[in-house]
Amino acid sequence: MKTRRIFTRPARISAIAPYVWMTLFFLVPFGFVLKIALSQTVIAQPPYAPAFDLSAGWEALRGNLSKLSLDNFYLLATDDIYILSYLRSITVALVSTAILLMIGYPVAYAMARLPRRWQGIAMMLVVVPFWTSFLIRIYAWINILQHDGLLNSLLLALHLIERPLPWLSTDSAMYLGIVYSYFPFMILPLFATLSKMDGSLLEAASDLGCSRLKAFWLVTVPMSLPGVAAGALLCFIPIAGEFVIPDLLAGSENMMIGQTLWLEFFTNRDWPVASTIAIVLLVLLLAPLLIYEHIQRKQLEHG
Amino acid sequence: MSGAASAPLMRIEHVAKRFSGFAAVDGVSLDIDAGEFFALLGPSGCGKTTLLRMLAGFEMPDAGGIWLDGKNIADVPPHLRPVNMMFQNYALFPHLSVEANIAFGLKRAGLPKDEIAVRVAEMVALVRLQGLERRKPDQLSGGQRQRVALARALARRPRLLLLDEPLAALDKKLRAETQAELVQVQRRLGMSFIIVTHDQEEAMTLADRIGVMSKGQLVQVATPRALYERPRTRWVAGFVGDINLFEGRVTSQGDGFVNVATRTMGELRVAGEAGAGTAVCVAVRPEKLSLSHDLALNDTSARPGEVIDADYLGSLMRYRVKLKGGDVVQAVRANAAGNGAAFEAGQQVTVSFGPEDAVVLTQ
Repeated sequence: MKTRRIFTRPARISAIAPYVWMTLFFLVPFGFVLKIALSQTVIAQPPYAPAFDLSAGWEALRGNLSKLSLDNFYLLATDDIYILSYLRSITVALVSTAILLMIGYPVAYAMARLPRRWQGIAMMLVVVPFWTSFLIRIYAWINILQHDGLLNSLLLALHLIERPLPWLSTDSAMYLGIVYSYFPFMILPLFATLSKMDGSLLEAASDLGCSRLKAFWLVTVPMSLPGVAAGALLCFIPIAGEFVIPDLLAGSENMMIGQTLWLEFFTNRDWPVASTIAIVLLVLLLAPLLIYEHIQRKQLEHG
Repeated sequence: MSGAASAPLMRIEHVAKRFSGFAAVDGVSLDIDAGEFFALLGPSGCGKTTLLRMLAGFEMPDAGGIWLDGKNIADVPPHLRPVNMMFQNYALFPHLSVEANIAFGLKRAGLPKDEIAVRVAEMVALVRLQGLERRKPDQLSGGQRQRVALARALARRPRLLLLDEPLAALDKKLRAETQAELVQVQRRLGMSFIIVTHDQEEAMTLADRIGVMSKGQLVQVATPRALYERPRTRWVAGFVGDINLFEGRVTSQGDGFVNVATRTMGELRVAGEAGAGTAVCVAVRPEKLSLSHDLALNDTSARPGEVIDADYLGSLMRYRVKLKGGDVVQAVRANAAGNGAAFEAGQQVTVSFGPEDAVVLTQ
């Protein structure tokens, strides 16, 4: 197909804008982090070497470049603590996403089948927790789950348990917090695809011999897969890098990679290793991100 | 017309459906014969689509029965009815290929794999989609999609195929071609088709019989010719084609003719029956009105008038003639060889028609 010149000057500027944005706020900071990852930690200000000083001239810059090394990447690949952290992050993200999908799909499906005027209200109910700070909501969960918290008090009052159970500082508490926090991210893309579904397709399926359940499996489910993929990635990627929820709700024996990174950066003041962790995480998450983008592009092409 | 001996394929009896107080279908009774191409014709909102959806099973009638091969199917869900529907928007499954769309209903019927393959190939050939089997619906043109929808609906060999405005989305030229194909397919398969349309020309081209619906009721069921030549009511006469109406009162009748005193045309003699004194309407199609330069024309129906408009429509000339009384009538003449553009605006003419060329309408 021939491309016609339909872009006016403002249109061309707005087409460039995302690239400028990405360069300024992603590529340039990424360059800094990569450079620190290739540096060595020192007790100094800044706490890594070599420090680049552009005023020192070209020769000094060349000398500094030759001092950069891949040592930190080697460390990450050989030390258990990092590998286990990455594995735990991926596992937690996978399990949480699966739970979110199992709860989110029926909820989104029910929302999409509500009469139109109720859909807006249902949507509000899903989004309304966002109006409260995320941290406050997680602290509220601590209140509910702690030893003398709401949950134990309630269970004791109902005589369902005899002594308080340890809810807080468990993996269950962490999963609860994650599923609770990421619920809207799963619901919204699912709802978007499910509510766009053409009702006549289901009628056609039943006309061609499908019971309601069969029509759901053969038409609704396959047609909602782009929404499933969008929701799953929208949850999986940030959960893999999650730091606050496991820190506040989970026990301290296993760490997710976000917690390990925090430890390296603030407690150990090891900026180079922390940067290396960040870069490896980014590369690990790039794969699902690319899949997500591919799906989005396909969706756009198909209108 | 169905012979008295053979039972109809489908019998619709006093079927009614209300939507929140509004009578969408209001007591419709109708027989459909095996092998018949039937059209439900009416303006939008007349209930024709609701009636069709009740035949498919998407709506349950509030009252009445629907018999197919002698069995009442009014409460049978759509997936258990031996009836298939072609949807107005085609409702093709966008995630499935042409082949898989056509095979969809066959798989649900539990046919063996090799038989499904044979039937799909048969259908693909029937609607001439060879070579496009692996395409997805959004890689097809509107006309091709329409044919996939037809093939998919026909694949299960239903007793009755329902078509909901199947050609509405096509442009005019493609629609004419597709109409011819649809009739051919129906004749070849000998299947019964019920089509819903708001386009009277389409209904006349396709159907053996037409049922005209208005406000939830079936006003007239007739062959295309009978519907056009002998409409039962003023509304049908006006809906199916253009018509000139002259209001009047019957003065006398006999020998299959009535004399009607009209305000604008005076005393008219028309074929038909109606009791003396009845308020009636004399209806004449524009192509049955004759125009003449002969102002002294000796004909009982001849009336003087002035041509106020002469429109060239390609194959036709359409004239609007103002009669002495002030009423305006429409007349058309074929632009056939030798006919020429015989009249011009401003000319004085004589308007006339034969007693057999008009209908007397009592409703």
